[in-house]
Amino acid sequence: MSGQVDALYIYLLLVAGVMTTLIFLAVAILAIKYRRKPGVEAHQIEGSTILEITWSIIPFGVMLTFFIWGAVIYFQERTPPADATEVYVVAKQWMWKVEHMEGQREINELHVPTGQNVKLIMTSQDVIHSFFVPAFRIKQDVLPGRYTTLWFKATKPGVYHLFCAEYCGTMHSGMGGSIVVMEPQEYAQWMAGSASPPLQETGQQLFSSLGCSTCHRSDVQGRGPNLAGIYNKPVLLEDGRTVIADENYVRESILNPTAKIVSGFKPVMPTFQGIVSEEQLNALVAYVKSLSQPPGTAGLQGQPSAPPAETQKMQVQ
Amino acid sequence: MAHSQVTEAEHAEHNPALRHHFADEQQQKNAASLGMWLFLVTEIMFFGGMFCAYLVYRLAHFNAFAAASQQLDIRMGAINTAVLLVSSVTVVLAVKAAESGNRKQLVSYLVVTVLLGLTFLGIKAIEYKEKFEKHHVPGATFQFNEPFDDNGKQIPVNPNEAQLFFSLYFAMTGMHALHMIIGCGLFSVLAVLAWKGHYSPGYFTPIENAGLYWHLVDIIWIYLFPLLYLISRHS
Amino acid sequence: MASEAIAANQAPTNYLTNGYGLKSWLLTTDHKRIAILYLISITIFFFLGGFFAMLIRLELLTPQGDLMQADTYNKVFTMHGMIMVFFFLIPVVPAVLGNFLVPIMIGAKDLAFPRINLLSWYLYAIAGVLFLHCMLVGGVDTGWTFYTPFSTVGSNTNVIEAGLAVFIAGFSSIFTGLNFIVTVHRMRAPGLTWDRLPLFIWANYATSLIMVLGTPVVAITIVLVAVERLFHLGIFDPKLGGDPLLFQHLFWFYSHPAVYIMILPSMGVVSELITCFSRKRVFGYKFIALSSVAIAVLGFLVWAHHMFVAGISLYAAMIFSFLTFFIGVPSAIKVFNWTATLYRGSISYATPMLYAFGFIGLFTIGGLTGLFLATLGIDVHVTDTYFVVAHFHYVMVGGVLMGFLGGMHFWWPKISGRMYPEGWAKLSALLVFVGFNLTFFPQFILGYVGMPRRYWQYPPEFQVLNVLSTAGSSVLAVGYLLPMIYFLWSLRYGPIAEANPWNAAGLEWKTASPPPTFNFDETPVVTWEAYNYDEIPPKEMEVPVGS
Repeated sequence: MSGQVDALYIYLLLVAGVMTTLIFLAVAILAIKYRRKPGVEAHQIEGSTILEITWSIIPFGVMLTFFIWGAVIYFQERTPPADATEVYVVAKQWMWKVEHMEGQREINELHVPTGQNVKLIMTSQDVIHSFFVPAFRIKQDVLPGRYTTLWFKATKPGVYHLFCAEYCGTMHSGMGGSIVVMEPQEYAQWMAGSASPPLQETGQQLFSSLGCSTCHRSDVQGRGPNLAGIYNKPVLLEDGRTVIADENYVRESILNPTAKIVSGFKPVMPTFQGIVSEEQLNALVAYVKSLSQPPGTAGLQGQPSAPPAETQKMQVQ
Repeated sequence: MAHSQVTEAEHAEHNPALRHHFADEQQQKNAASLGMWLFLVTEIMFFGGMFCAYLVYRLAHFNAFAAASQQLDIRMGAINTAVLLVSSVTVVLAVKAAESGNRKQLVSYLVVTVLLGLTFLGIKAIEYKEKFEKHHVPGATFQFNEPFDDNGKQIPVNPNEAQLFFSLYFAMTGMHALHMIIGCGLFSVLAVLAWKGHYSPGYFTPIENAGLYWHLVDIIWIYLFPLLYLISRHS
Repeated sequence: MASEAIAANQAPTNYLTNGYGLKSWLLTTDHKRIAILYLISITIFFFLGGFFAMLIRLELLTPQGDLMQADTYNKVFTMHGMIMVFFFLIPVVPAVLGNFLVPIMIGAKDLAFPRINLLSWYLYAIAGVLFLHCMLVGGVDTGWTFYTPFSTVGSNTNVIEAGLAVFIAGFSSIFTGLNFIVTVHRMRAPGLTWDRLPLFIWANYATSLIMVLGTPVVAITIVLVAVERLFHLGIFDPKLGGDPLLFQHLFWFYSHPAVYIMILPSMGVVSELITCFSRKRVFGYKFIALSSVAIAVLGFLVWAHHMFVAGISLYAAMIFSFLTFFIGVPSAIKVFNWTATLYRGSISYATPMLYAFGFIGLFTIGGLTGLFLATLGIDVHVTDTYFVVAHFHYVMVGGVLMGFLGGMHFWWPKISGRMYPEGWAKLSALLVFVGFNLTFFPQFILGYVGMPRRYWQYPPEFQVLNVLSTAGSSVLAVGYLLPMIYFLWSLRYGPIAEANPWNAAGLEWKTASPPPTFNFDETPVVTWEAYNYDEIPPKEMEVPVGS
């Protein structure tokens, strides 16, 4: 992807360079050739509609090529592949907190293997930040109150700068870090050194300790909807709207339950705003998502061998 | 300084209200009129920002906004709407009186307009007081426990979202009230000047233009009232 | 006083000598005196903003934050931005050159509402004093864009006071725009139809449309931010049900058209300079005039191109990117038309023309880099980096400021009755051009290799480019100081200027230098087209008296 961005950049540089040179040359040549000479008068020319139309349409046509190529790249950048490994990122003034699905936590660093699509699910604890990796040519603002996502596939091992790119206060310029890209074997070794449980297990523990399982039962119909299989599926709400149960929906339902009540249920769920931290929210979301995976693959999400066909079937809408 | 380059003879011939950078009275009148219309456009853009915020949040938090809206006193809102509509009529009558040179009528209608404006503000003050007593003023003292009454079904709502409604309610009606106060002040000044005889059928542009301002403030209320008070009033 | 020195040489009264003393200036309704009041106050703010720029560049000489603390640096770049945007770039050409010239160029005695014009200046001055006070009590550190929730909840600086200053300055802007629109509609001299108007008038007219329609939106946005901060509401705070992106939409709805408020008047100046110094009618008058209006209208449709990575939907981003490309077309038309005007002209290299050439070159680069930013795939990488900083400085400084300086040199004899020293002026223009490019071109590269904006400290590999940039800024600073000095010098020692030292077309050159208070002894009746250089014989000498 970064190669494509660079290719587009070079194309634009060429066009801009040619245009700039043409204009500079035109002005210089005309200014010298027609410099004021005694006895020589200027020759009045009103204009030329044909010329105006030509030099409007041709540049616009060229600009359209910029737009199309740029839009294609952008579309790819904003559409994470279905098989991407997910990593949760919480930004705060002034650090990045990273949590892998397997439980591995990092501060200001993100370890990833080469050749693997990685999708970051990010939110902020306070003000707007922005996750910027110049080497990968990607950037995404990280907002409080919702998730934003960013995906990439690293190809070369190495350590790359991570910067915060949205001004966020005193140490905005100190909120840097590294993306550490490793070969898959090294990465697996690094991952094995983790002491924390996988994210969805943490989530499962919270789900029961916070009392969620009292109403959201999977055996009988409880006071709340059964959460198995709901992730990324459409949900019919009380007021007639239909929404997709994505990460933001799950998160909102925990913090602001009366906003989107599922059809057929009463508005009795209490809010957990102020009771759960961003990291705990991430764990709960990861757990709810894991309830939508085919049996036997829960916890294996992110491994290159995850069966794509089955996961595709679950996400058909 | 403005008079220094106009001769006495020239000066004696024109309406004393004519300003010297204008060629004639018609040009001055047209300029003042266009200027006031442009100013009204800026006012629309100014309120527009708040209407935009209101629209976005009402779509996002419909239930909470409906619940909060149901807590407003619809009778007082309706009375205020009637008061403002009548005041726009008195403004039109004031302009007509100026046009026909009837000084007494002009002053009367201007004064009545101001009184109606003050009535509006008084009723608004009562509403605000009521909001304060019910702890619906956004900020540290805000509390909201009332549900959204959806045709008998009681739906509890997020108090933060209800607070958002009230923030916008106070911002929008407060800004509107500020404009009303300015309008009342304007008309008071015009009433005094009218009583002193400043206006005649040949020159009553300030009355007309102040009238335009008043009509706009009225129209803004005509939009505010249904948007704020009349969401989800089925019963 | 300088005006006394002038009076001794010029017997008839002009606007400068018509009344002495502070009261005659502070209570004036003469648009020309108000323009001078603006010139003085805006120049003060320009140098203040420039001082903050110098502090930024000095800090950025080294990768570490060693000149000042992080918080101080954050305040410094915020002040630099706020001053330059709200107190310099937006008012400078309309309030100084526009105020002075619009009535004269259309053959009127004054603007439609002279007292409102004075009110505009007082609002600017009050806003300025308030902002100075805000700086003295600790300043503000939100960045000139004061994004929420940092500005409402995160910052503990004087956000409300700074916001109030900007709010008041905004009304100064609105009233100026309102005045111009009514003046151009209602007070043109007999015979001066719309298609005979100088392009400077068309430019200021289009600018005024934006001022009147856009500024109120940022005004209400500031009110909402202040209210949220004061009463701890949640209009833009997600923890209380609000949406930080709503702030960004409301903010950029004004702030994008605002950049066209800045550039359009300078483009108008360039049209005047190119025609006069090639002694030609402009190529494609109608197209340039309509392009100004097109830019004003289209400018309102593209604001979210500042938000491509902010979290807006993919499809919204595509629509805004597409629309943004449209604006490139009228801007390009203008550049092509100006260049074509040079063809078969009779070109002089007087200082105003040098600034016009500089404008064309630098605006071309700035505008083309705007296309880079409009291109989604590229913008994701370079937004919020020094690439954007370089882009907007190219169009703001390389465009707006060059146009303003060119206009100041061109109309200086009309405004002051004196000529500036041509040699020093040419030197300054050269220093500005060279210093500018050295300061800002490296920043394009800095941005692409990844240096983010608003960084007090940075990784060492970015140092070389930063040092180049700082070096350039020292040259640029000299280039700006010199005109201050020689313009002031010329008030006392400059050669007296005649009514039309450039032999230029335009009604302003048909009255004395400086003009009398009511501009014309008799209202002109216009029977000629704009830029009728075929009817005006050239002067023998290339440069006017006093070079």
